[in-house]
Amino acid sequence: MKRWLGLYAAAVYCFLHLPLVILAVFSFNSSRFTVWQGFSLHWYLAIFQDRQLGESAWNSVIVAVAATILSTAAGTLCAYGLWKRGSTLLSGSLYLSLVTPEIVMGISLLALFQWSFRWLHWRMGLHTVILAHVAFSIAYVVIVIAARLRTFSPALEEAALDLGATEWQAFRFVTLPALLPGIVAAALLALTVSFDDYVITSMVAGVDSETLPMVIYAMARRGASPVINAISALIVVVFGALVLISERVRES
Amino acid sequence: MESILELRGLVKLFPNQRAVDGISLKIPRGGFYSLLGPSGCGKTTTLRLIAGFEQPTSGEVLLDGAVVNAQKPYQRNVSTVFQNYALFPHLTAADNIAFGLKRKNQSGIERKVREALELVRLTGKELSYPAQLSGGERQRVALARSLVLQPDVLLLDEPLAALDPKLRKQMRLELKEMQRRVGITFLLVTHDQEEALSMSDQLAVMNAGSIEQVGTPQDVYLRPSTRFVAGFLGAVNWIDGIGLRPEVTRISRTLPLNGGRFRPATVTGSVFLGNCVHVLTRLESGEDAVAEIPRDDTYKDGAYQAGERIHVCWNPSDEMIFP
Amino acid sequence: MKTTSGWERLRAWFLLPAWIWMAVLFAAPFAIVVIYSLLTRGAYGGLGLPWTAENYQRLLDPLYLGIVLRSFAMAAAATAICLLLGFPLALFISRAGSHKNIYLQLVILPFWTSFLVRLYAWLFLLRDTGLINTALQHLGLIHDPLPLLYNDGAVLLGLVYGYLPFMVLPVYATLERLDPALVEAAADLGSKPWPTLLHVILPLSAPGVRAGSILVFIPALGAYLTPDLLGGGRTVLIGNLVQNQFTTARDWPFGASISVGLMALVGVLVLLMLRSEREGLV
Repeated sequence: MKRWLGLYAAAVYCFLHLPLVILAVFSFNSSRFTVWQGFSLHWYLAIFQDRQLGESAWNSVIVAVAATILSTAAGTLCAYGLWKRGSTLLSGSLYLSLVTPEIVMGISLLALFQWSFRWLHWRMGLHTVILAHVAFSIAYVVIVIAARLRTFSPALEEAALDLGATEWQAFRFVTLPALLPGIVAAALLALTVSFDDYVITSMVAGVDSETLPMVIYAMARRGASPVINAISALIVVVFGALVLISERVRES
Repeated sequence: MESILELRGLVKLFPNQRAVDGISLKIPRGGFYSLLGPSGCGKTTTLRLIAGFEQPTSGEVLLDGAVVNAQKPYQRNVSTVFQNYALFPHLTAADNIAFGLKRKNQSGIERKVREALELVRLTGKELSYPAQLSGGERQRVALARSLVLQPDVLLLDEPLAALDPKLRKQMRLELKEMQRRVGITFLLVTHDQEEALSMSDQLAVMNAGSIEQVGTPQDVYLRPSTRFVAGFLGAVNWIDGIGLRPEVTRISRTLPLNGGRFRPATVTGSVFLGNCVHVLTRLESGEDAVAEIPRDDTYKDGAYQAGERIHVCWNPSDEMIFP
Repeated sequence: MKTTSGWERLRAWFLLPAWIWMAVLFAAPFAIVVIYSLLTRGAYGGLGLPWTAENYQRLLDPLYLGIVLRSFAMAAAATAICLLLGFPLALFISRAGSHKNIYLQLVILPFWTSFLVRLYAWLFLLRDTGLINTALQHLGLIHDPLPLLYNDGAVLLGLVYGYLPFMVLPVYATLERLDPALVEAAADLGSKPWPTLLHVILPLSAPGVRAGSILVFIPALGAYLTPDLLGGGRTVLIGNLVQNQFTTARDWPFGASISVGLMALVGVLVLLMLRSEREGLV
């Protein structure tokens, strides 16, 4: 049986990975058609010449960094607070936010912004996108930090208090340093989740606050050039690296 | 009469150790046999080689005269009682017991299961799940599950280790009794020498992958063939390269005149154990010796005080001598 | 854990941002959606009074009910296929000894790269001018391109491709915790490998299968991007319907009622999953 399982597993791994590999391979195709006509890097060069791509990528970076900072900070504190004493309401909400379909989250945030703009005199823009990203990424951070806390011994904080530290000092000088790898891992996770988001972002972005996924989506729908292949390959490599680093940091 | 189980030159090598290093053994039909040894001596590996969960690096396993090396566990007519019983948690006791019978498509399953439950005295627990049973009850289900298949040999991997001490002593008698009743050959693996001595008709003492001695409980305890066997089966006083059991080591305040051997020594302490007293001594030659004295004797002679100078004496016939 | 008043104060401050998140970015949006679902669509796509239950009544319209049922069927099919494909893979990984972690990473890694990119990969393969059609045409096996894209099959493929790891991981977790002695005991009692799989391994992996099924079913039910890109507007599932109401159709109340309905379904499924968790799964 083991032999069959091995063959089968190989087939499934092919199914999972081949599409991306093929995508990457054809990003080096000199022709724009799906017939291999020689190796070329000019689609990659085209990326840097496309103004819209550049602006949207920059927007994505701004949004991702801002949202990550906010959600990592709030999420870490939240995970720690829940570790001290749980709250079914808060835990339940976080869990629910994870299972909520993205489209529902998107339209509900849209509804919130639309309604609040009656008295806030705001418009949709990068700030709404950032808020939306914080909304859905906080739960990821809480999960990562909570897992990290499960292996942390409360006796360490008690020892700190015993030696004269206040509760805040215990957190600041004993627990926080221990959590640092987890925080980094959570931040990397929040970064990738935010950078990749399309559905929620598309609902709450303004006219001049396009992100990279939105541009990719538009290009994909139009069936445009292999520039998408090139961007995709780049994204896969970068995200893959970030995730691997995150895992490595998490295990340390 | 041919032996029911034979091991010939059995060797099992793992990447970083020689777990079993050339074992040959003949186990006769119908008795209670034990493999005794410290953890890591290879006894469990030997058991797994017999059951078929490991393949020998070299050597043969013979069941009822036939070489079974190539046979998978489900083809061999041996059955194992695992250390933690390995009862299927999703099946009732009755279904657990019936499991092997169903795989072999046997008939009369209900009757056989009922008889097996009676044998282990668990009638009434048919519909209980393992989680609802106590440790002792789970062990009986495991026994019934294996015995119902009428194997040539029943292998037991430290079956009493998971039970609490009082239950353990009781189960020793029950297991022995069960083996007598069903007549199937039992092969027990344990590190507890008391267990092996009290239950076995014959036992093999293992150390570092080899068998050091095979014999009856009396043989291995009174006439150990190596220092290791002597030390593993019980306490030993080593005096001048000779081994003496504490229970044959005596203390005397006067010089013994009956032809026994003796050495001058100083009492370093005494331990009251309830049914006997251990008097700890240090010989002039520097070795430590423990004398086990029946409680009444100490009161007769007066308790031994630390610092008292006495003689340690023994009978030459009680000496254990090794090459 | 003992919490003195000092810890309680710290905890209260620390949880404050999360409470704000919950109120402003979680509860408030949903509350607004629920309210909107009870309002009426305005003349130019806005909304206002009167209060009405009409948006919920519209859900019972055969057209929309059909969409709900089709979404259910899609999600169920995706779950079933994920189970069929994922269980053997989880079994393989659980038996891979020292390489377990690598194989596990290989399953998770593609998932954590861009979801959009992964969908686009299939567009690239399945389009009329995509790789598969081009290759088949070049080999002379077909003349006209096969309509591999923009149908239910493509959407199903996308759902399975996207959510397979969600099935593999919980099933693997349960299989990994399976006492190996149980499999040995089965063999010892005369059970060959396939009967052992059927009578011992499968029943004992039920908790993992249940968890994995719900973890696939829920996102599949609410999927939007997959049917949008791979279904090309021809496959309309609940997710697409909602998005449509908030953009093109500009019928926010109706879109809100669909969302509330979807969330109700998700809520029920989550409760089911929590119940199976309590029965000794995770």
